[in-house]
Order: sequence, then C-alpha cells, then structure tokens
Amino acid sequence: MSPAILNRGRLAVWGGCLALALALPLVLKSGFIISLLCQIGIMAVFSLSYNMLLGQTGLLSFGHAVYYGLGAFATMHLLNAIGKGGGPLTTALLPLAGGLAGMVAGVVLGYVTTRKAGTTFAMITLGIGELVAACSLMFPAVFGGEGGVSGNRVVGKEAFLGFTWGPQVEMYGLIVLWAFACTVAMFALTQTPLGRMANAVRDNPERAEFVGYDTERVRFLMVILSGFFAGIAGGLSALNYEIVTAETLNAHTSGIVLLIAFVGGIGFFYGPIIGAILVTVMQIVIGGMTHAWLLYFGLFFLFMVLVAPGGIASLIAVQRNLWQAGLLGRMLPHYLAVTPPVLVLLTGLVGLIELGYALLSGDAGVGAGDTATRVLGMQLHLGAPGPWLTALAITGIGLILTRWIGGRLGVAWNATLATLYGDKA
Amino acid sequence: MTQSTFRSLALAASLALMGGGAYAQVRIAYIDPLSGPFANVGEAGLKGFKEAAEILVNQKGGIMGQKLEFTGFDNKGSPQETQIQLKAAIDQGFRFVTLGNGSGAAHSLIDAVNKWNARNPDKTVLFFNYAAVDPTLTGEKCSFWHFRFDANTEMKMEAITNFMENDKKIKKVFIIGQDYAHGHQVAKAAKEMLAKKRKDVKIVGEDLHPIGRVKDFAPYIAKIKASGADTVITGNWGNDLSLLIKAAKDAGLKSRFYTYYAGGLGTPQAMGAAGENQVLQLTEWHMNVPTKNTEKFALDFNKKYPGVWFYYLRVNNMVQMVAQAMNTAKSTDPKAVALALEDMRFQVDTGEVWMRKSDHQAMQPLYISIFSKADGKTVKHDSEGTGYGWKTLATISQRDSQLPTACIMERP
Amino acid sequence: MEFVVISLLNGITYGLLLFMLSSGLTLIFSMMGILNFAHASFYMLGAYFAYQISTWTGFWPGLIVAPLLVGAVGALVERYGLRRAHRYGHVAELLFTFGLAFVVEELVHLIWGKTSVDYKIPAELDGTLFSLFDTDFPIYKGFMMLVSVGMLVALYALLTRTRIGLIIQAALTKPDMVEALGHNVPRIFMLVFGGGTALAGLAGVIGGNAFITEPGMAAAVGSIVFVIVVVGGLGSLGGAFIASLLIGCIQTFSVALSISITDVFALVGIALPEGSQVARLTITQLAPVLPYLLMVAILIFRPRGLMGSRES
Repeated sequence: MSPAILNRGRLAVWGGCLALALALPLVLKSGFIISLLCQIGIMAVFSLSYNMLLGQTGLLSFGHAVYYGLGAFATMHLLNAIGKGGGPLTTALLPLAGGLAGMVAGVVLGYVTTRKAGTTFAMITLGIGELVAACSLMFPAVFGGEGGVSGNRVVGKEAFLGFTWGPQVEMYGLIVLWAFACTVAMFALTQTPLGRMANAVRDNPERAEFVGYDTERVRFLMVILSGFFAGIAGGLSALNYEIVTAETLNAHTSGIVLLIAFVGGIGFFYGPIIGAILVTVMQIVIGGMTHAWLLYFGLFFLFMVLVAPGGIASLIAVQRNLWQAGLLGRMLPHYLAVTPPVLVLLTGLVGLIELGYALLSGDAGVGAGDTATRVLGMQLHLGAPGPWLTALAITGIGLILTRWIGGRLGVAWNATLATLYGDKA
Repeated sequence: MTQSTFRSLALAASLALMGGGAYAQVRIAYIDPLSGPFANVGEAGLKGFKEAAEILVNQKGGIMGQKLEFTGFDNKGSPQETQIQLKAAIDQGFRFVTLGNGSGAAHSLIDAVNKWNARNPDKTVLFFNYAAVDPTLTGEKCSFWHFRFDANTEMKMEAITNFMENDKKIKKVFIIGQDYAHGHQVAKAAKEMLAKKRKDVKIVGEDLHPIGRVKDFAPYIAKIKASGADTVITGNWGNDLSLLIKAAKDAGLKSRFYTYYAGGLGTPQAMGAAGENQVLQLTEWHMNVPTKNTEKFALDFNKKYPGVWFYYLRVNNMVQMVAQAMNTAKSTDPKAVALALEDMRFQVDTGEVWMRKSDHQAMQPLYISIFSKADGKTVKHDSEGTGYGWKTLATISQRDSQLPTACIMERP
Repeated sequence: MEFVVISLLNGITYGLLLFMLSSGLTLIFSMMGILNFAHASFYMLGAYFAYQISTWTGFWPGLIVAPLLVGAVGALVERYGLRRAHRYGHVAELLFTFGLAFVVEELVHLIWGKTSVDYKIPAELDGTLFSLFDTDFPIYKGFMMLVSVGMLVALYALLTRTRIGLIIQAALTKPDMVEALGHNVPRIFMLVFGGGTALAGLAGVIGGNAFITEPGMAAAVGSIVFVIVVVGGLGSLGGAFIASLLIGCIQTFSVALSISITDVFALVGIALPEGSQVARLTITQLAPVLPYLLMVAILIFRPRGLMGSRES
C-alpha cells in the first residue's frame, strides 16, 4: 500500500495544493479574504476529522464540536498560562496541546459512546454534546461564561524567523502548515490497517467481527484519533480568533460540521475540504450580502440531500469517470443547455426571497449590501404588485424551462451512466 | 460550484474595493446579529441608528457637511463572527464600530479593537457600545478605544436598590436570573447593595436558570411563592422574561418584578396583561417620560416602521454625541474623536449626559416605571400596542446613578 | 406538603405537554425509523397556523384546522422529500429533516417576522380553574392536560382497536407482506408521517399560547423530545407517556430543591472540597441538564429504553 501513498502524481497534487495555498495571499491581499481563508483552513481540518467518523467508520456523531471546543479551550488556557514566558515558536506548536486535549476527551467520552454504533451512537453523542455544552456555561472559571476566554497570540519579545503571528497573513501561513500536516496525517491514516478496518466496521460490522476484529475497539480508536485532529482544529481557531467561547462546543457547531462534511461528500477523502470551502464562503460572503443566507443555505442543503447525496465530491468524481471513459463530451452540451434555465429559475427565486425579506425588514438595504435594492440600483416599491409579479413570472418561466430541459438532461444522464457502468451492472 | 465560489469571492472583493474609496460620508459599522435567533433585536437597533443619523444629524447639517451613515454587519450573535465582521468592516475602510448585544460579543470586540489598534497604530478603530452592560467593560477591562452609552449593570442595580430602600413594604426578596455572566452580575450586585441599604430585607431565595432553555417557569414560580417573597429581582430578557411573567400570572403570584429589560423588543407584547401593575423596569427613557422631541421622534419612528417600536433613547444620544465630538474635533480620526468625546457634557431631552473621562462610561438620568393600563394621561402612550404602558415611579438623577470605577486606563 | 403537591401538579402538566410533543415523534421514529429533526418545527408551524387562524376566526376553529394543515404539510414533505431521501439511506433522511428545520425556521421569519406574535389564550379558557393552597391553577392548564390524555387514549384506540391501526402496525414490521396483501405501504407511511406531524401541530396550537409563539420555539424544545423518545423506548407510546411525565416531574422537582451538589454528596458520605465550582452548583442549576444525563444513562445501561421492545 505504501507505494500508493507516495506515487509521483499524488506527491505533485499535494505539493501543488500546498504551494497554491501558500501563494494565495500574494494575489488576494484583502484582509477580509485572508480571514476567510484562515477560517476555511480551520474548518477543513475540523470537517476532515469529522469524516473520520462519519465517512470512514460510519459513525454519525451529533457532538463532534465537543472535541473541537475542548481543544480550543485547552490551547487558549495554555497560551495564557505561558503568557510572557513564551515566544512565537511555542505559540506555533500550541495547537498540538489542543489536539492532545481533544484526544483525552476522545478517550473519556469515546469509552462511553462507542459501545454501540448506529442510532444509539448518534443519540448518545447528542446527549453528551448537550451535557458538555450545558456544563460549559456552569463553570465560568474554565469556560469564561458567555464572554469566553480570550488571549493574545503575540507573545515574547523577538520574532521567530521573522514571524510574530500578529498579522493575519502570518497566522494564515501557520494555519496552512498545520492544515496540510493534519490532512496528510489523516490521509495516511486511511491507508493504514486501522483505516481499512474502520471501513470494514462501517460496511459490515458482523463480518469484521467474524474475521476476528473487535469492532468496539476500532470505533474507540477512531473516535480518539478523530478527537485529536478536531482538537488541533480547535487549537488553531483559538489562535486565529484569540477568543474561545462556549459556542465552539455546542450543538450548533456540531451541526455545522456535519453539514460541511455532507455537502462536500462523505464518501471521498477530499469531500470535507470542498465542503469547508463552500460552506464557509456561503456563510461569510452570502451572509454579508443578504440576511436570507440561512434560508439559501437550508434550501441548498435540502437540494443536495435530495439530488446529490454523495456531495459535491461525488459529482466531481462522476465527471472524472465520464471524462476518463471519453463520455464527458456527450454530457457537456446538456450541461450547457441546462445552465441558462437554472440561472433564470435562481434569479426568480432569489428575487422573491429578497423581496420578502426586504418587505419584512420594512426598510430595504438594511444589510451590508442587500442585493434586492442596492446592486440593481432600483428603487422598488414593495407594496406594489409589480416587482412581485415580475419575480414570480421569472420563477415560473425558469421552473418550466428547467423541468423541460432538465428532463432531457436526466434522460441523457441515465443513458450515459448506463454506458459507463453498463458492463459492471 | 467552483464557479459560484469564484463569483461570490469576486463580489466580495469588489464590495471591498468600493468601500476602500473616498470618504463621502462618515460611516459607522453596526456589528450585531441581523440573522438567527436575536435578529429582531439587531434589526431594531440598526433601524434606530439609521433613523437617528438621518433626523438628528444629517437633516441638521451633518458632520462638517458630510453625512453620517450606518452600515449593518451581521455577527450572528457570535463573538467569533464579531471579529470576522470587524475585519470585514476595517477592510472596507470603516474606522468606527458600534455593537450592543451580548457581553460575549462586546468582550470579543473590545479585545479585537485593542489588538488591532496596538498592531496598526496608523489605522485605529473606535468602538461605541450602546447596550452591552457588563460592568467590567468600563472596569477591569476598560479601554481608551471603547465608550459606553448605556448604564452598566451595577449602576442600574444601584438605582433599583435606591428605589427599594424607600419602599418599606418590601420585606422578602427573591433573585432569579439567567445562568451566565449578566445574570450572575445582577444577582451579585443586588445582594451586595441590598445588604448595605436595607438590612431588614431578607433575601429568601436565589436561582439561576439556563439561558433560553426553560419552557415552563411554573416550578420557579412555585418556589418563589413558597419562599413568601414580595419582590423579585431579575435581569432576564427576551422570552426568559416574558415566560417568567406569564407563569407568575398563571399561578396568581402577586409579587412585584424589578426588571432591566421589560420595556421593549417584543417583551411587552409577549407579557401583555400579565404584567399589569406587577412589572417594573429601569431605563434611561420610556414613552411616557415627558420629552417633546423624543416623543415625536418615537411616534414618527413607530409609524414609519410598523412592528418595530422605538426603544433605545441612548442610540439617539450616542449619534448626537458622536456627531458633536467629530464637529468639535474637526476631524474623523478615531483618536481625535475619542479625545473630544471624553468628558463631554451633552444636553438631551431627559437632561444631561456626561461621558466620564476616567472609564468612558456615560452618566445619564434613569427612570423606574411600572407597567400599567394606558389612560391617556399619566400613561399617555401604551407600549407596543398592548393597551398597557409605563408609568414613571421615580427619577434617578445623573449624579445619583454614578458609581466609582475600577478602571485603570491605558492611554495612547 | 403544599409545595410538593403544587410541584407535582406542575410536573404532570409539563409532562403532559411534552407527551403531546413527543407522541408524534415516537410514532414516526418507531414506525419509519426516521429521527425527525424537524419535528419541533412542525410544532412551531402548528402554533403559527393557529395564530393566523385565530386572527380571522378565533381560537376554536384553529384547534381543528391548524393540526390538519400541519399534517398536510407533513404528508407533502414525506411524499416529495423524505421518500426520495429514503433511497439514500437513514443518514440522508435524517439530514433532510435537519435541513428542513433550518428552512422552516427561516420561512417563519419571512412570513411572521422575527419577534413573537400575539397568540392569546381564548377568553373562555382564561381564568382560574381552582386554587390550591393559595396557588391558582389556570383553566388553560387543565385544558392542556385534558387534550393530552385524550390524545393518548385516542391514539391507543386507533392503533390497537381499528383496522387501519392494525394495518399500520403490520406495515411497520412486515412491509413486504402487507404490500403483497394489496395495501399501499408508501401511502401508509405518508399517513403515519402526516399524522405524527399533525400531533406535533396540535401540541403547537395548545402550547403556543400557553407559552410564547416565536421563531425560536422549535429550537427550544428540539432536543428534549428526542430525550423522551429514547428514554421511553422506541416504538412505545406508553413509554413515551411515562418518560414525559418522568422528565416533567424531574425538572420540576429539581428546580424546587435548593440543595447543592455538596449536600447530595454529603448524603452518601462524601465531602467535597469547599469553594470549588462543582460544590457550589445547585440542583436547580442542573435541572435542564438532568434529562440529557438520564438519556445518556439509559442508552448506556438499557439501550431499549424504559418500555421499548427493541434496541434502536
């Protein structure tokens, strides 16, 4: 198996990704974008660690934020404890402490949760997640109450190789390095016997047990390791935001990581990374443009569940298979054909939703840039039926066209897939 | 997917570029929840700011001829997101930020602003706090770059206990609060101050419940009832307050409730008749404080934004004081504005607001009022269309609301 | 004594409301194996529908119409959403309901605004039913109890005494056999889901004005209903009933007891170090955590729940 890890193509891809990530700030100088990239890096590690459970071991967890949050708190407390005595090098290594904290939490909680798989595991993690989140507000000395614990990542007098981690760009570099190291480690783990056993436990626990493996033990180990990486992600978030609050370990955070992993694609190693990019961008960029972002987000998520339950990664994988089989050309015209009607439909829907929100908030243009009025620069009268009818008409036309052309896409799609997988089926 | 990502990024980038241009206006970034569970609070605040800027500043000549403008940034109520939005605002050229909801977010913002200013002394940022009442923000954690326009928890409790001092009918007090920093601070201040001012009053019970998690307050009410308390002090807000009052009415509990936040943002509506003659509040203003200009402003506001009720007088105070500071300093540089704002004495409808220099805490007159049936006379206006309004019971002068501060400020 | 009686009464009332909320979830969960994360959203929809209807025609029509509307929405969701997600397995189903909860909350924001709405208790039910030791017991609480118990009886009768109930039960364990006998199993599932959500809607109609009808009301009860279903045992309506009462009483009495953790440990002879944060916690503060503690304990020691017939 080891040659597979180290083959030349893979090395090139990994190296390319690292170089690209490190080079991005040279092109995108905006502080906002750098902050965004930092968050993507953190969420990527977090969701990859989550996918070690859901994707690799088949464990649906509703309490993964516990490890992330505990890692973050541990890092922050250590940072504050070291205080002036430390330096940039110790700061850079602090996420490791977060990882260890996550690991310890994994040992303690995993011992309880991993007795059973399936729904029982899901419900226990839900319960434990709620317990830990509730406790976090009861012990303000440790968790800082609702104000959280804050610290300063710039410690010590001299810089380390010119880095103090004060500027966001330097922090970004640190996050990239950690994220890269964690991603490599997590990928390597999928190739180890333990990683393979986790897949077996996911796919057929009975058989794995017959072969002589202890499924409970495999689950336990995976929870511990996944807790470790989640803890590192938490540690990075502590350094990045310089504040950790109880919300880092509550059900909301656990829910977000589940969404990220699923949207990205739990069946693929790189799926969660795609999910992290997409969801973070949606959350921050679309959240900055419109207050309806939660609705868009929810609708998008429902759409993904119903249409592409394998996530974005599975869509990419299918296209790659088509391409390798030389069938992509057959589908491309259909993709192109379906794009305009989908855009029309989206325009109509977005228009309706934005009109609704603008009407609700009474004063259009409340947000950082409400698309309905500011981008188009039109003075819309929300009381009049005009804008509504227009939006409704666009939606209707879009819907009809999408159904019509989308139907043809579906037929072509099925036919192509039949050709692609025909021999196997 | 990649295409849409790119498009959103490009959009964000172009927005950022547009923002970086010339200062046609004086712009203040409003960082508060504009989506999620606390969105209603955040939106009401933003509307208040926009309206105040328009009517009280821009229609009166603006700031050195420029317009004052507020732009919303959605921090989703989260301290982490607050920092992200602060960076977005700084990127777009904002040098002034305001925030009010949640001490967590306020702490996060004060930290982030301090760090930013230390690391970027040529691009400093100033933080105006209009509603986060944690005393430490102008106490141990006070900052030159932070100004608070609302009375803090301790000042409010000082006013409430001063009022209680004279009410000899009070014998037994029960304290109930949300189990987080604010609830703890209210409980602590109430206990300390009552012990000093009214040795004969017994604190018969103290309960903390988790914030936003309790559906049925009947058990708490049963406990209050069993304790025989005639007075309840609570720092609760939002549904935790409405549900508490409703449960008290259901069980026929006759105790009086001293509250901080019964006056606005949907609470009067949710509590309705249940609060009549039982709920008191401490605020810097309410609709039935005789103030000519503010009354008109509020009525116009309520007409213009149906469903949102004018609540924050301090928003108006803040907008006017900031504008005046900029005008006197003849500058929109944050440091110059901060220096001009320090020690400012400003006349508003209710009296004088003084921004104390030592801790940047505003001192202003406060009112204790009780929820009673609107009668068109002393209770001229009802609150949120409920038929009940606030009747002033006592006025606390600016001087009486002052408390010493623990602030040791680092000045640039 | 009087305090105990009143607390017990409070506990039972709250428990009965919890039962209304969770009975539909138990039905859906046990029959279709779907962990419906959006269940509380249907509860919220019930409250808002009832509010809307009450502004037109008053409370009573809403009591009937709102749950039916919610049930119809639920059936549509099953038909056009869940059934499709079902093909991709349980995780997809669950995630679908997860996303649905988001969307419902936002739609409620969009339609009814972000603050609470003024959904009032009808005048005929507003008042005091009786006074016990100087504490009033409102009529409306009595009404809630009545509806809840009525619901239990009706459900029990429907499932065990009617033909459709028997078919439903059969379809759940042996869908293929029932299908072979000529019944439309997908339609049965749709009915079950619609019925379950209608029950949640009914709970919303009744709970919405007893408490507060606002967009956060779904999130506030979202996870507690899971606790009840798990503690009661999958597939057991009786279990859910007992678990609801149990949790209602636990919460009420834990609030009522003003003792700290130190006292509890002192009872069993362990002295906690003074001044530590754990030692200072009171049972009252712990009250909302106790259900989750109970759930975790149940899952560890008795995974099939109090009265469940099988493990999840």
